Amino acid sequence: MKKHILTGTLTALLTLGGLSVPALAGPEDVVVENAWSRASIGMNRPGAAYMTIRNTGDEPVTLIGLTTPLAMMPEIHETKTNAEGVSSMSPAGEIVIAPGESIALEPGGLHAMLMRLQEPMTEGDTFPLTLLFDDGGEVTVEVPILSIAARGPED
Amino acid sequence: MQRRAILGYGAAGAGAVALMLFVGWWQVDGPGGPEPIGQRPVALTAMDFRLTDHEGNAVGPETLIGRPTMAFFGFTYCPDVCPTTLSDISGWLDDLGDEADEMNVVFITVDPERDTVETMAEYVGYFHPAIRGWTGPEEQIARVADGFHATYERVPTESGDYTMNHSASVFLFAASGRFVTMIDYHEPREFAVPKIRRALEEETEGAT
Ligand SMILES: [Cu+2]
Repeated sequence: MKKHILTGTLTALLTLGGLSVPALAGPEDVVVENAWSRASIGMNRPGAAYMTIRNTGDEPVTLIGLTTPLAMMPEIHETKTNAEGVSSMSPAGEIVIAPGESIALEPGGLHAMLMRLQEPMTEGDTFPLTLLFDDGGEVTVEVPILSIAARGPED
Repeated sequence: MQRRAILGYGAAGAGAVALMLFVGWWQVDGPGGPEPIGQRPVALTAMDFRLTDHEGNAVGPETLIGRPTMAFFGFTYCPDVCPTTLSDISGWLDDLGDEADEMNVVFITVDPERDTVETMAEYVGYFHPAIRGWTGPEEQIARVADGFHATYERVPTESGDYTMNHSASVFLFAASGRFVTMIDYHEPREFAVPKIRRALEEETEGAT
């Protein structure tokens, strides 16, 4: 896992490229790594974004929602697959991250569901996604848009 | 009398050991490897449905007989599970290389209302070229799902749209049409690729 220095300048951050995008602002204790998403076909389908959210502080943090100019209804969702192999998806609600712990938004589990896209998600672009916490804190990450067939942040 | 009793226990013990070994084989190597506990599909030869592939060709279960088949359900408005399954399959096919050349790979939509032939064509174009997209009238999709013992359900979302819950396993059939095994969603590649090889090998056995 890469360590990020949150005090780096915006220019320095942008030159880091697509793989791991640290938080640009907000609660110092929350570190977002390996953010990525898949390109969309047009704007009618919902998109999904993935990342690891780490709480490096001494207190639990509670993720309560998302905002992004890319989508009118961004929401943390969870995909579940039952014993019969049937997958379903529903809002995950608030997510508490214990001190020193991290949560993974990854395919087939938690994801940032991007409903009502305002523009197509184009491979090679990035978009800002803001995580909202219950104490009023916000963390904004720049999420790279990878190929529609990407399997992870490295693709 | 005593001796016979001991022999009896011995036989029972040997039987128990054999059973344990069998169970071990069944779980590790056999058809009982990690698999969802849902019902298994019937053979392709016992299915009856009429669909259209993403190039507009009429297709049915008979289209798949003669080559091993990998088939799965999904829909193109699916943001998470379906692109993940399609990319996983593309990765398995890349791993298998030439070995998988003679395999049918079919993505069957459970959302024919939105997934027209044109939509399927555009969507599968982003993944491995072996993947075919099949769609058709709702009642035909229902017949496919019946044969696979797969389920799907339309669920409204808060955004005013709808999403589909559906069986996310990948089903493997031998060239004869016999069901071989399935790959559970999220199954690691170490399990998935050998399972595909089993479906491929069965064809070779049948041919010799
Ligand atoms: Cu979702």
